[in-house]
Amino acid sequence: MAAIAGSESGVNSGALRAFLAICWRDIFVVGRQFPVFIAQVLLQPLFLLFIFGRVLPDLGFARGSYATTLLPGVISLTMGFTAMQSTALPLVLEFSFTREIEDRLLAPLPVALVGVQKIVIASLRGLLAGAVIFPLGALILGHNFHLSSAHIPLVILFCILASLLGSGIGLCMGTFVEPSQINIMFAVIFTPLFFTGCTQYPWALLSRIEWFQIVTLFNPITYASEGLRGTLVPQMAHMQIWISLLALIGFIVGFCSLGIYGFVRRAID
Amino acid sequence: MAAHAERVDARPHSLTSSAMIEVRDLVKRYPKRPVNAVDGTSFEVPRGEVFGLLGPNGAGKTTTVGILTTRVRLTGGAASIAGVDVAAHPVMVRRHIAVVPQRNNLDRSLSARQNLLFHAAYFGMSRREREERADFLLDQFGLEGRGDDKVDNYSGGMAQRLMIARALMHEPDVLFLDEPTTGLDPQARLFVWDRVRELHGRGLTILLTTHDMDEADQLCRRVAIMDHGRILALDTPAALKTLIPGASALELHIARLDDDALAALLASLDEIPEVERVEQVEASGTVMPTSAGAPWPEAPAPNASAAPAEETVIRLYGPREPALIGRASTVVAEHGAQLTDIHISGATLEDVFIQLTGRALR
Repeated sequence: MAAIAGSESGVNSGALRAFLAICWRDIFVVGRQFPVFIAQVLLQPLFLLFIFGRVLPDLGFARGSYATTLLPGVISLTMGFTAMQSTALPLVLEFSFTREIEDRLLAPLPVALVGVQKIVIASLRGLLAGAVIFPLGALILGHNFHLSSAHIPLVILFCILASLLGSGIGLCMGTFVEPSQINIMFAVIFTPLFFTGCTQYPWALLSRIEWFQIVTLFNPITYASEGLRGTLVPQMAHMQIWISLLALIGFIVGFCSLGIYGFVRRAID
Repeated sequence: MAAHAERVDARPHSLTSSAMIEVRDLVKRYPKRPVNAVDGTSFEVPRGEVFGLLGPNGAGKTTTVGILTTRVRLTGGAASIAGVDVAAHPVMVRRHIAVVPQRNNLDRSLSARQNLLFHAAYFGMSRREREERADFLLDQFGLEGRGDDKVDNYSGGMAQRLMIARALMHEPDVLFLDEPTTGLDPQARLFVWDRVRELHGRGLTILLTTHDMDEADQLCRRVAIMDHGRILALDTPAALKTLIPGASALELHIARLDDDALAALLASLDEIPEVERVEQVEASGTVMPTSAGAPWPEAPAPNASAAPAEETVIRLYGPREPALIGRASTVVAEHGAQLTDIHISGATLEDVFIQLTGRALR
């Protein structure tokens, strides 16, 4: 080991191996708790789709096509929130109560990479959760399930971006929110993000409530929902795809950089 | 008592060349704090030494260790591990060190054995290597058969042992132990002490912080007493104890004499050339003798409870107490007095600690 420690390339390859081992630790843990993970991730979208996509249309409070508007939003919401929750809450706990993360912070890799690793794994979790929504949606919505397969590469890109966005926001919350304020975090941050992200309505139609349309522009989830809406149900009203794409990338760069900065600040006094 | 008689060279074996831990004028100032947490500290620990860092809460021990273990950024000065600068090459430093924290930070999502395996994987050890080493260490730390348990079900002592085992997985050169036995039962404490001695025997460099003076006395070759971010004293435990003036004395317990005989005996003892001062201590029977004016509590004599009800205690102060034993006992015998006990009483490390850092609560 001393021989490896001596050279610069040894340090780099050691850091890469440490990074992969830490990723493997998280995948191993998720794998072991897979049923719990699925339940944790899927109950919310399941009820959203069932109540808004099935119950309300069946009772005549919404049109059947509403499900088609709803589904891309629910996919982006599920991916974003799953990724967010995979970084935010565990980080708050690992830094304060369990201190579990200390062993990884002492591993031979730059501390910032431990933060990057959190983003990678949280995004994978987000993607996994999003992937499950497709069959779930088909099952719940039945004949109201209509998705276009014309832009599959773009759909995949938006899925990845929605997950990265969630991870970045989660990393910021997990490192900037004090442990004593966790409950506040859920109420004050999650709730507005949940309702102002154009998940349950298309952005273009908000022109009737202009002030609210402007408010939704500040929620990065909006761009993920609209991007998926534009690529999965292009016939519906949606924000221009390139705008969604650019805005998403901007928010991701911002939140991920801030999150990694916060992570390093938290990890090293 | 053995430690009291020990006189070891207080300096490291050889400066700089073999220093495993090197700290030079180290300063740490946290933002928005009026004073430096570490305020110009310097010390060196040679390879293979067990070094103790003692100090009250808030003295700067944890910050110093934090800097050495790459978890705290230094404000000024320099620190290196195995010659590698901690500020410039933290990743390289982490290969050389292992940390056993005071609080349980085991990975609760993993079993005990998996804690060891993943730790080794972070350090790039091959699967076979880490499995063999995990089994070896579980066995060595008395955890055989408990490797598959969830660490949540581990007692405090078991968790502490597992954390030391985990630290040793990647075969570090320097081990940092933060109050390794705080909160452990006496058995677990002795077990940890034995393992530390073993690791020392194998040449590992160990820096331990502790509040337990007995622990420092037992385990450390040298001890630094720290307060307000500075090192107040640094030496072997034995040498530190001599910091308190008149700290050690040859104590003679003599069956009660009448006043004239006692006065004559005291005069004769005072005539012994090496004796600088003779003091009679008020004492009888089971009452613990306390020297007037001494700032530290007296350690009880080993057989105090077996002493006769009536006795006189005489203290002889001189540069080398052991050399006085023969002469003093001869003088006592010449006076026809009966010697019931004789021993060297000394200051404890705790006395030195309190003397240096004061009694004020932190």
